[in-house]
Amino acid sequence: MFEHKKDRIALPPANAQKTQTCCHFCIVGCGYHVYKWPADQEGGLAPDQNALGLDFRQQLGALQLTMTQTMTNIVQDDDGSYHRIMILPDKDCKVNGGLSSTRGGQMASIMYSPQTPVGNQRVKYPRVFAGDEWRDTSWEQAIILYSHLTKLILDDAGPDQLMFNLFDHGGAGGGFENTWGTGKLIFTGLGSKMVRIHNRPAYNSECHATRDMGIGELNNSYEDAQMADCIFSVGANAYETQTNYFLNHWLPGLQGQSTNRKREVYDDGETIQQTKIILVDPRRALTVALLEQAIDTDNLLFLDIEPGTDTALFIGLLTYVVDQGWQDEEFIGEYTTGFEDAVKANRLSLDETSEITGIRKDKLIKAAEWAYKPKASGHLPRTMHGYEKGIIWGNDNYRIQSALVDLVLATHNVGRRGTGVVRMGGHQEGYCRPPYPGGRPAPYVDQEIIQGNGQMLTVWACNAFQTTLNAEQYRNEVLRRSDIVKQALRKVRGAGPEEMAKVIHKAVKEDGGLFVTVIDLYATKFAEAAHMVLPAAHTGEMNLTSMNGERRLRLSEKFMDPPGTAKPDCLIAADMGNALRKLYEAEGNTDMAKRFEGFDWKTEEDAYNDGFRRAGQPGAPAIDSQGGPTGHLATYERLRAAGNNGVQLPIKEYKDGQLIGTEMLYTDGKFDTDDGKAHFLPAPWNGMPDVVEEQRKKYRFWINNGRTNQIWQTAYHDQHVEFRRGRYPMAPLEINPDDAKDLGIESGDLVELFNDYGATTAMAYLEPDIKQGHVFMEAMYFNSVMGDLVTPWTDRNIIPYYKGTWADVRRIGRIDDYADKVSFKRRRYV
Amino acid sequence: MKLSRRRFLAGSGATVAVGSAALVWSPAQASESNPQPGKVMLDYPTTTISKAGDLKVGQPVSFSYPDTSSPCALVKTGRKTQGGIGPDEDIVAYSILCTHMGCPVSYSSEERTFKCPCHFSVFDSELNGQMVSGQATENLPRILLSYKDSDDSIEAVGVEGLIYGRQANILPDA
Repeated sequence: MFEHKKDRIALPPANAQKTQTCCHFCIVGCGYHVYKWPADQEGGLAPDQNALGLDFRQQLGALQLTMTQTMTNIVQDDDGSYHRIMILPDKDCKVNGGLSSTRGGQMASIMYSPQTPVGNQRVKYPRVFAGDEWRDTSWEQAIILYSHLTKLILDDAGPDQLMFNLFDHGGAGGGFENTWGTGKLIFTGLGSKMVRIHNRPAYNSECHATRDMGIGELNNSYEDAQMADCIFSVGANAYETQTNYFLNHWLPGLQGQSTNRKREVYDDGETIQQTKIILVDPRRALTVALLEQAIDTDNLLFLDIEPGTDTALFIGLLTYVVDQGWQDEEFIGEYTTGFEDAVKANRLSLDETSEITGIRKDKLIKAAEWAYKPKASGHLPRTMHGYEKGIIWGNDNYRIQSALVDLVLATHNVGRRGTGVVRMGGHQEGYCRPPYPGGRPAPYVDQEIIQGNGQMLTVWACNAFQTTLNAEQYRNEVLRRSDIVKQALRKVRGAGPEEMAKVIHKAVKEDGGLFVTVIDLYATKFAEAAHMVLPAAHTGEMNLTSMNGERRLRLSEKFMDPPGTAKPDCLIAADMGNALRKLYEAEGNTDMAKRFEGFDWKTEEDAYNDGFRRAGQPGAPAIDSQGGPTGHLATYERLRAAGNNGVQLPIKEYKDGQLIGTEMLYTDGKFDTDDGKAHFLPAPWNGMPDVVEEQRKKYRFWINNGRTNQIWQTAYHDQHVEFRRGRYPMAPLEINPDDAKDLGIESGDLVELFNDYGATTAMAYLEPDIKQGHVFMEAMYFNSVMGDLVTPWTDRNIIPYYKGTWADVRRIGRIDDYADKVSFKRRRYV
Repeated sequence: MKLSRRRFLAGSGATVAVGSAALVWSPAQASESNPQPGKVMLDYPTTTISKAGDLKVGQPVSFSYPDTSSPCALVKTGRKTQGGIGPDEDIVAYSILCTHMGCPVSYSSEERTFKCPCHFSVFDSELNGQMVSGQATENLPRILLSYKDSDDSIEAVGVEGLIYGRQANILPDA
């Protein structure tokens, strides 16, 4: 039932069910509590009459809670009963300390309810495309079709024709249960290496360089930000994209409130100073703007770097640091290799650095002094380096990251409290799979599809129609090849799934077709190309474990049933595996049947115990798990007891009823390499890739892109949520007012962006903080696909350069109904 | 304000009477006893706030509504605004408790927005309190106003959206 304005709310009664959950959107993983109670009841106003223990007979004071209508919903379980839910932040969670973000605060709203706009969009039953229409079907029929076709292709052409677009993360749609279930099916069972990850075109890491150097990318704790002398933020916009990490752990130090935390961990006699922050970003992002208001600007240094020149910045700083003698010789000598070679290869003078990066020399020196110059006490400063998509999706991922970690290693800013070199992160993580069967670099799967390879594509909890590079060509090829199968299916009447599989097999083998299965919560943009859609469950509808950006493992408990016949991804994978095992058994092929053994799971906990908890255990197969060999200690029961604080991986031990974890990695100077030493890697300045340079010369605007606070790992829901879609009916495009005037563009106008690779649309949002010749666009939005403009260039490991493209902008026109309902006030807190 | 005067529609689609003695609302019952339609929102008091002529552009006037523990701001934005009242249709009012965690928001006359110093949410005073950016999950509650030509007075007559820190906009002893 829709109410446009509500002025009261139903409180959870004192006896409401209370469970724990983590926000499943960004990597921070804030702790929340879920209250659930019969829909025809509500708690009273007195503290003993409601589950929150608060006195609602009077106005509550500021900062006591966050509780809005958005944090409530009415859900229906399989037995037909209706319950109210309320999802509120957990004050005792060390991650968020009771803070709610604009994303996590809407979790209740996006849970399935038969009567909400977002609920209406959920896929409830398996669907098969029957020539000209979608038909709901049973799991049995869907799995027969999927397994028969898979077997026909596998037996005839081998595993390379079975392609996958696959999640690899934690949070909703991911988690240790589901990465294991899908990995076991695809790697162990099918043996396919033709897998690409949700936001990139191959099976790779966004952090190969740091890992090759011996440093896992999540190596400190959130509270290290409070202990730092300096936070060095590169290509990250923490306020918008790791909000409560920023608010709860960065701001206190920057506002001078963490002296006691520093005193606890600093050496005797070590200088304690207020935390400073250096922000590297070509755009004056919201984080920069608000810090200018929120902290002493003497402690803030903003380096508005030229796009794509981060490598030059880091190697220039390294050169300067070494020239000053600020490196940690003892650490370098005892715990690292390759320092001399890296310093030689990376040499870049301050003048050259300034010329390339566009940053004034005095600012470069100031940054070096803040981050690396020994303190008054002689101790090296504790500088935490946080980076994200600005360099991960920058000009040569591997090279930039090498240059950054070289600088960090030389100054020993890892393995000491208050330091760390960490990705800020997107989703939570939850990786647990058999070893990937392909090599490195992994196949560029999107290009394989474009070139006509692959007969069957399974798109699992991701949506490359919105989240890839060179997206327009990719989409066109997938749709063209999908249509060949649709044509074939139009000629099939009265066929069962086995017969359909044969018809499809002919179309994909002989006619260049591509059979597409989408497994998701919603019929995504990719479902336009699909022939089968299978309904999945997500956080809250299943038990799910994930870890956040400080490796904090938590169990988000199931509190409601999935809609219709939707089920957890790990159990869908198990259904597929079991069906294939039976098919091979039936024809007496025991070798193949054996590959699909071990899927006799009844629940997601079975999948968790089979993967995460078997890693490194005697008799277990090889398992790449972020839990490592001590993951087995974390049972569901123990994780329930550990609550929203969970345990930081790797687990050291289980003692006195508590899981004991690891706050910071590499404190012993032992790194993740064969010889235990951290390895410097040479990273000389590279200039711009040719294909990118070509666009830069030809087109006027640099197309910067990224996330906004409200739409961040949440767009798959948000496009159906009024509060979000009403705010952003299309991707906002921040453009400088003078550029806009020149092009006759006003806020609210629809604009087209176009270059040699494609075109997309966005909604203009005039913003004086954007430099002329730059624009900033919300990335990967459902009706504005920035990837259409991105060149197919990647680094050596097939990591895209999403941040590196240029295009022209023209005014299309205006939809007044959009423009009139959207605020164009400045998003920056100025 | 007595609890028994509270009228609302429950969100479930089923209209339910709850422990705190809310009335079941029914159009049929309403029309039987009273020619006026019933209300689906709480019963709000009518409170005179100011004269339109006393307001200056960009200088908000503080008041409380619907009771003394709910601080609000009355603003003449200087630009004709959707739902704005007064001779220039530019007068609006909002609760100043941020819907995120209840910190008092302040009005920026330059931007014509309300800004929260605690977690940096920004709300648009000219667009029903729409959250421009920030941590809230609801827009800033709008105080519904009524303007009388006869004496130039502005009255608060209702609230759209739930005020921070309350189960309902009307407190039980108000």
